[in-house]
Amino acid sequence: MLGPGVAWYLCVAAFLFGTGALGVIVRRNPIIVLLSLEIMLNGGNLALIAVARHAGNGAGQIFALAVMAVAASEVCVGLGLVVAINRKRLDLDVDKLSELRG
Amino acid sequence: MILASAGNIVVWMVWIGAGFACLASGIAVVSFSNPFYSALSLIGNLGSLAVLYLLLSAEFVAAAQVLVYAGAVMVMFLFVIAYVGPRVETPWAGGPSWQAVGAVLAAGSIFLEIIVAVALKAGGRLSHSDHVNATFGTPGWIGRLFLTDHLLAFEITSIVLLIAAVGGVILGSHTRRAG
Repeated sequence: MLGPGVAWYLCVAAFLFGTGALGVIVRRNPIIVLLSLEIMLNGGNLALIAVARHAGNGAGQIFALAVMAVAASEVCVGLGLVVAINRKRLDLDVDKLSELRG
Repeated sequence: MILASAGNIVVWMVWIGAGFACLASGIAVVSFSNPFYSALSLIGNLGSLAVLYLLLSAEFVAAAQVLVYAGAVMVMFLFVIAYVGPRVETPWAGGPSWQAVGAVLAAGSIFLEIIVAVALKAGGRLSHSDHVNATFGTPGWIGRLFLTDHLLAFEITSIVLLIAAVGGVILGSHTRRAG
């Protein structure tokens, strides 16, 4: 295998996951929270594909494709929620959406 | 030998470029105040990730990444951002609050935890390189795996997509409730 070893790819994946987690925690706009979630899922995908290449096994790539399908579903539902929130003239702010609080 | 080392240098250079583009665009997504710019930098992130996938000889996943994310998901994001309108939210306004400090600490500890786990559990074993055959990652190989070994995952993925499509239609439909 030419180039860097699998551990370098795992470091990049960990950094992506941490960056996405930071965005999910610190941002208040639900659209940017969804974008940060995409970054977290992509970090997980990169780790899956790197380890699949290392092990010479195809299951990691299959799992990565399934994760991509789940990410597309999540975006579909999440953006539907954003549009529904916007239609009710509520603020697009995840800190203010506290009506479900018990 | 000289050819192999030259190829190695080229692969390292491509990896460094794509890796830094990946990290920089990830930080840009989190730190832009305008969601439109965040979505545009996520496209750069996805493109550089596709380059990394190609280096890992996952051709089909790289192509699917570009098609599904940059083609479909990002168009939906940009459409919704344009529909909702620009809502500028400055992420670090008013100095570092305790929430922002806690968020940075939590994200940093997740990052450190993953790095330490990788280094402790698999540091020595991940360094050696191995060879895979030429069909690794090709569309035909992925398709054969999907329809033989991983048929259940394939079918469940289709059901998940169907449920998400139904949910998106229900959330987006314009029903007037009584009263």
